[in-house]
Amino acid sequence: MSQSNSILWSFDVDGKNFDSAGFASQSTKFKLRQLGLNGDIIKRVAIAMYEGEINMVIHAEGGVANVEVDEDKIIITLTDTGKGIADIEQAMREGFSTATEEIRDLGFGAGMGLPNMKKNSDELIIDSAVGKGTKVTMIFAI
Amino acid sequence: MKAKELADKLGLKVFCGDCECEITGYYVGDLLSWVMGRADEGNCWITIMNNLNVCAVAKLLSFSCVVLCEKVLPDEKLLEKAKAQNITLLGSDDAVFATCKAICDLNC
Ligand SMILES: Nc1ncnc2c1ncn2[C@@H]1O[C@H](COP(=O)(O)OP(=O)(O)OP(=O)(O)O)[C@@H](O)[C@H]1O
Ligand SMILES: [Mg+2]
Repeated sequence: MSQSNSILWSFDVDGKNFDSAGFASQSTKFKLRQLGLNGDIIKRVAIAMYEGEINMVIHAEGGVANVEVDEDKIIITLTDTGKGIADIEQAMREGFSTATEEIRDLGFGAGMGLPNMKKNSDELIIDSAVGKGTKVTMIFAI
Repeated sequence: MKAKELADKLGLKVFCGDCECEITGYYVGDLLSWVMGRADEGNCWITIMNNLNVCAVAKLLSFSCVVLCEKVLPDEKLLEKAKAQNITLLGSDDAVFATCKAICDLNC
Protein backbone atom coordinates (compact mmCIF):
# COMPACT_ATOMS: atom_id res chain seq x y z
CA MET A 1 0.00 0.00 0.00
CA SER A 2 1.59 3.24 -1.05
CA GLN A 3 1.43 6.13 1.38
CA SER A 4 -0.23 8.35 -1.21
CA ASN A 5 -3.38 6.26 -1.14
CA SER A 6 -4.06 6.94 2.50
CA ILE A 7 -6.09 9.75 3.95
CA LEU A 8 -4.73 11.35 7.11
CA TRP A 9 -5.96 13.82 9.66
CA SER A 10 -5.02 14.75 13.20
CA PHE A 11 -6.18 16.67 16.24
CA ASP A 12 -4.57 18.30 19.22
CA VAL A 13 -6.39 17.00 22.27
CA ASP A 14 -6.42 19.59 25.01
CA GLY A 15 -5.59 18.18 28.45
CA LYS A 16 -7.97 18.80 31.37
CA ASN A 17 -10.42 20.43 29.02
CA PHE A 18 -13.61 18.48 29.42
CA ASP A 19 -15.51 20.94 27.28
CA SER A 20 -13.74 19.98 24.09
CA ALA A 21 -13.21 16.32 25.01
CA GLY A 22 -14.84 14.14 22.40
CA PHE A 23 -14.23 16.59 19.57
CA ALA A 24 -11.61 14.46 17.83
CA SER A 25 -13.74 11.32 17.91
CA GLN A 26 -16.90 13.14 16.85
CA SER A 27 -15.13 14.80 13.94
CA THR A 28 -13.61 11.48 12.96
CA LYS A 29 -17.01 9.80 13.01
CA PHE A 30 -18.29 12.53 10.71
CA LYS A 31 -15.37 12.20 8.29
CA LEU A 32 -15.61 8.42 8.14
CA ARG A 33 -19.28 8.78 7.26
CA GLN A 34 -18.37 11.15 4.46
CA LEU A 35 -15.88 8.57 3.21
CA GLY A 36 -18.78 6.14 2.99
CA LEU A 37 -17.52 3.55 5.46
CA ASN A 38 -20.02 1.15 6.94
CA GLY A 39 -21.91 1.88 10.13
CA ASP A 40 -20.40 -0.91 12.19
CA ILE A 41 -16.80 0.15 11.72
CA ILE A 42 -17.69 3.81 12.26
CA LYS A 43 -19.36 2.95 15.57
CA ARG A 44 -16.38 0.87 16.69
CA VAL A 45 -13.89 3.60 15.77
CA ALA A 46 -16.02 6.26 17.46
CA ILE A 47 -16.26 4.35 20.74
CA ALA A 48 -12.62 3.31 20.86
CA MET A 49 -11.30 6.72 19.84
CA TYR A 50 -13.50 8.52 22.37
CA GLU A 51 -12.19 6.34 25.17
CA GLY A 52 -8.61 6.94 24.09
CA GLU A 53 -9.20 10.65 23.69
CA ILE A 54 -10.80 10.92 27.13
CA ASN A 55 -7.95 8.97 28.68
CA MET A 56 -5.49 11.53 27.32
CA VAL A 57 -7.60 14.29 28.85
CA ILE A 58 -8.11 12.75 32.29
CA HIS A 59 -4.94 10.73 32.81
CA ALA A 60 -2.39 12.68 30.77
CA GLU A 61 -2.09 16.35 29.87
CA GLY A 62 -3.70 15.90 26.51
CA GLY A 63 -1.89 14.82 23.36
CA VAL A 64 -2.25 14.24 19.67
CA ALA A 65 -4.74 12.01 17.88
CA ASN A 66 -3.84 10.82 14.40
CA VAL A 67 -6.17 9.03 12.03
CA GLU A 68 -5.04 7.20 8.92
CA VAL A 69 -7.50 5.61 6.53
CA ASP A 70 -6.03 3.11 4.09
CA GLU A 71 -7.84 0.94 1.61
CA ASP A 72 -7.97 -2.00 3.99
CA LYS A 73 -7.67 -0.47 7.46
CA ILE A 74 -8.06 2.50 9.75
CA ILE A 75 -5.21 3.28 12.12
CA ILE A 76 -5.76 5.55 15.12
CA THR A 77 -2.70 6.70 17.03
CA LEU A 78 -3.02 8.57 20.31
CA THR A 79 0.20 9.99 21.67
CA ASP A 80 0.66 11.83 24.95
CA THR A 81 3.54 12.92 27.15
CA GLY A 82 1.67 12.30 30.39
CA LYS A 83 2.51 10.21 33.41
CA GLY A 84 2.49 6.88 31.58
CA ILE A 85 1.07 3.51 32.64
CA ALA A 86 3.16 1.47 35.06
CA ASP A 87 1.37 -1.86 34.64
CA ILE A 88 -0.44 -2.18 31.32
CA GLU A 89 -1.91 -5.60 32.10
CA GLN A 90 -3.51 -4.21 35.24
CA ALA A 91 -4.75 -1.10 33.41
CA MET A 92 -6.43 -3.34 30.82
CA ARG A 93 -8.50 -5.11 33.47
CA GLU A 94 -12.20 -4.25 33.56
CA GLY A 95 -12.89 -2.08 36.58
CA PHE A 96 -9.31 -0.93 37.18
CA SER A 97 -9.09 2.84 37.43
CA THR A 98 -6.89 5.44 39.06
CA ALA A 99 -9.40 8.24 38.40
CA THR A 100 -9.82 10.78 41.21
CA GLU A 101 -13.12 11.47 42.98
CA GLU A 102 -13.46 14.68 40.99
CA ILE A 103 -13.12 12.80 37.70
CA ARG A 104 -15.55 10.11 38.85
CA ASP A 105 -18.15 12.77 39.58
CA LEU A 106 -18.04 13.61 35.86
CA GLY A 107 -18.99 10.05 35.00
CA PHE A 108 -15.55 8.65 34.24
CA GLY A 109 -13.57 6.05 36.17
CA ALA A 110 -15.52 2.85 35.59
CA GLY A 111 -12.30 1.27 34.40
CA MET A 112 -13.98 0.30 31.16
CA GLY A 113 -12.22 2.59 28.69
CA LEU A 114 -9.29 0.36 27.76
CA PRO A 115 -11.47 -2.78 27.69
CA ASN A 116 -13.84 -0.93 25.34
CA MET A 117 -10.90 0.02 23.13
CA LYS A 118 -9.75 -3.62 23.04
CA LYS A 119 -13.24 -4.92 22.32
CA ASN A 120 -13.95 -2.46 19.51
CA SER A 121 -10.64 -2.52 17.66
CA ASP A 122 -9.07 -5.38 15.76
CA GLU A 123 -5.69 -4.64 17.25
CA LEU A 124 -4.69 -2.54 20.25
CA ILE A 125 -1.06 -1.77 20.96
CA ILE A 126 -0.06 0.22 24.03
CA ASP A 127 3.44 1.59 24.44
CA SER A 128 4.02 3.40 27.67
CA ALA A 129 6.86 4.62 29.86
CA VAL A 130 6.26 6.01 33.35
CA GLY A 131 6.98 9.72 33.47
CA LYS A 132 7.40 9.89 29.68
CA GLY A 133 4.05 9.16 28.12
CA THR A 134 1.82 6.73 26.34
CA LYS A 135 1.25 5.80 22.72
CA VAL A 136 -1.89 3.88 21.90
CA THR A 137 -2.32 2.41 18.43
CA MET A 138 -5.62 0.93 17.32
CA ILE A 139 -6.15 -0.82 14.02
CA PHE A 140 -9.52 -1.50 12.45
CA ALA A 141 -9.75 -3.77 9.42
CA ILE A 142 -12.05 -2.42 6.75
CA MET B 1 -42.10 5.08 19.19
CA LYS B 2 -40.68 8.53 18.66
CA ALA B 3 -39.13 10.54 21.48
CA LYS B 4 -42.06 12.91 21.20
CA GLU B 5 -44.56 10.19 22.02
CA LEU B 6 -42.52 9.10 25.02
CA ALA B 7 -42.34 12.67 26.28
CA ASP B 8 -46.09 13.14 25.84
CA LYS B 9 -47.12 9.89 27.45
CA LEU B 10 -44.80 10.22 30.43
CA GLY B 11 -45.18 13.96 30.81
CA LEU B 12 -41.46 14.56 30.39
CA LYS B 13 -39.95 18.00 30.11
CA VAL B 14 -38.35 18.77 26.76
CA PHE B 15 -35.13 20.70 27.39
CA CYS B 16 -34.17 20.70 23.73
CA GLY B 17 -34.25 18.74 20.48
CA ASP B 18 -36.90 17.98 17.89
CA CYS B 19 -38.05 14.70 19.54
CA GLU B 20 -38.34 13.18 16.07
CA CYS B 21 -35.91 10.27 16.50
CA GLU B 22 -37.30 6.76 16.71
CA ILE B 23 -36.50 5.01 19.99
CA THR B 24 -35.28 1.52 19.20
CA GLY B 25 -34.30 0.49 22.72
CA TYR B 26 -33.38 1.75 26.18
CA TYR B 27 -30.23 1.89 28.24
CA VAL B 28 -29.73 2.97 31.84
CA GLY B 29 -26.41 4.07 33.32
CA ASP B 30 -24.26 6.90 34.63
CA LEU B 31 -20.73 5.63 34.11
CA LEU B 32 -19.88 6.92 30.66
CA SER B 33 -17.47 4.24 29.50
CA TRP B 34 -19.89 1.60 30.72
CA VAL B 35 -22.60 3.19 28.60
CA MET B 36 -20.18 3.55 25.67
CA GLY B 37 -19.43 -0.14 25.81
CA ARG B 38 -22.94 -1.51 26.18
CA ALA B 39 -25.57 0.81 24.74
CA ASP B 40 -26.73 0.69 21.14
CA GLU B 41 -27.54 3.13 18.40
CA GLY B 42 -31.10 4.47 18.65
CA ASN B 43 -31.30 3.88 22.38
CA CYS B 44 -33.08 6.22 24.71
CA TRP B 45 -30.46 6.77 27.43
CA ILE B 46 -31.76 7.13 30.96
CA THR B 47 -29.31 8.75 33.36
CA ILE B 48 -28.69 11.30 36.10
CA MET B 49 -25.49 12.61 34.49
CA ASN B 50 -25.99 16.21 33.41
CA ASN B 51 -22.62 17.48 32.21
CA LEU B 52 -21.23 18.14 28.76
CA ASN B 53 -19.85 14.64 28.36
CA VAL B 54 -23.42 13.41 27.97
CA CYS B 55 -23.48 15.10 24.57
CA ALA B 56 -20.35 13.39 23.33
CA VAL B 57 -21.64 9.96 24.32
CA ALA B 58 -25.13 10.59 22.92
CA LYS B 59 -23.72 11.82 19.64
CA LEU B 60 -21.07 9.14 19.24
CA LEU B 61 -23.58 6.37 19.85
CA SER B 62 -26.36 8.10 17.87
CA PHE B 63 -28.87 7.85 20.68
CA SER B 64 -32.47 8.75 19.90
CA CYS B 65 -32.81 10.81 23.08
CA VAL B 66 -31.55 11.24 26.63
CA VAL B 67 -33.79 11.31 29.72
CA LEU B 68 -32.37 13.05 32.79
CA CYS B 69 -34.15 11.66 35.85
CA GLU B 70 -34.66 12.86 39.43
CA LYS B 71 -35.49 16.42 38.37
CA VAL B 72 -31.87 16.83 37.31
CA LEU B 73 -31.37 19.82 35.03
CA PRO B 74 -28.80 19.83 32.24
CA ASP B 75 -25.95 22.12 33.17
CA GLU B 76 -25.55 25.22 31.04
CA LYS B 77 -22.82 23.86 28.79
CA LEU B 78 -24.69 20.62 28.18
CA LEU B 79 -27.86 22.43 27.23
CA GLU B 80 -26.04 24.76 24.88
CA LYS B 81 -24.20 21.92 23.14
CA ALA B 82 -27.25 19.65 22.98
CA LYS B 83 -29.17 22.46 21.30
CA ALA B 84 -26.37 23.03 18.81
CA GLN B 85 -26.17 19.32 17.99
CA ASN B 86 -29.91 18.73 17.94
CA ILE B 87 -29.80 16.13 20.68
CA THR B 88 -33.21 15.49 22.22
CA LEU B 89 -32.82 16.04 25.94
CA LEU B 90 -35.78 15.17 28.14
CA GLY B 91 -36.36 15.44 31.88
CA SER B 92 -38.25 13.27 34.33
CA ASP B 93 -39.28 14.30 37.84
CA ASP B 94 -39.17 10.68 38.89
CA ALA B 95 -36.30 8.55 40.05
CA VAL B 96 -34.59 6.26 37.54
CA PHE B 97 -36.48 3.16 38.68
CA ALA B 98 -39.88 4.86 38.54
CA THR B 99 -39.08 6.32 35.12
CA CYS B 100 -38.12 2.90 33.79
CA LYS B 101 -41.25 1.35 35.28
CA ALA B 102 -43.40 3.97 33.56
CA ILE B 103 -41.69 3.15 30.25
CA CYS B 104 -42.23 -0.57 30.77
CA ASP B 105 -45.89 0.03 31.59
CA LEU B 106 -46.21 1.85 28.27
CA ASN B 107 -44.63 -0.92 26.30
CA CYS B 108 -46.53 -3.81 27.86
N1 LIG C 1 -3.13 7.93 28.40
C1 LIG C 1 -2.95 7.47 29.65
N2 LIG C 1 -1.97 7.99 30.44
C2 LIG C 1 -1.78 7.53 31.70
N3 LIG C 1 -2.52 6.58 32.27
C3 LIG C 1 -3.51 6.03 31.54
C4 LIG C 1 -3.79 6.45 30.21
N4 LIG C 1 -4.83 5.71 29.74
C5 LIG C 1 -5.18 4.90 30.73
N5 LIG C 1 -4.40 5.07 31.83
C6 LIG C 1 -4.46 4.30 33.11
O1 LIG C 1 -5.18 3.11 32.90
C7 LIG C 1 -6.31 3.05 33.79
C8 LIG C 1 -7.47 2.33 33.11
O2 LIG C 1 -7.94 3.09 31.99
P1 LIG C 1 -9.47 2.94 31.52
O3 LIG C 1 -9.69 3.86 30.40
O4 LIG C 1 -9.73 1.49 31.30
O5 LIG C 1 -10.30 3.38 32.81
P2 LIG C 1 -10.54 4.85 33.37
O6 LIG C 1 -10.14 5.86 32.37
O7 LIG C 1 -9.91 4.95 34.71
O8 LIG C 1 -12.13 4.85 33.56
P3 LIG C 1 -13.21 4.92 32.37
O9 LIG C 1 -12.49 4.78 31.08
O10 LIG C 1 -14.13 3.76 32.61
O11 LIG C 1 -13.91 6.23 32.51
C9 LIG C 1 -6.59 4.50 34.15
O12 LIG C 1 -7.29 4.64 35.36
C10 LIG C 1 -5.17 5.06 34.21
O13 LIG C 1 -4.55 4.73 35.43
MG1 LIG D 1 -10.80 5.73 30.42
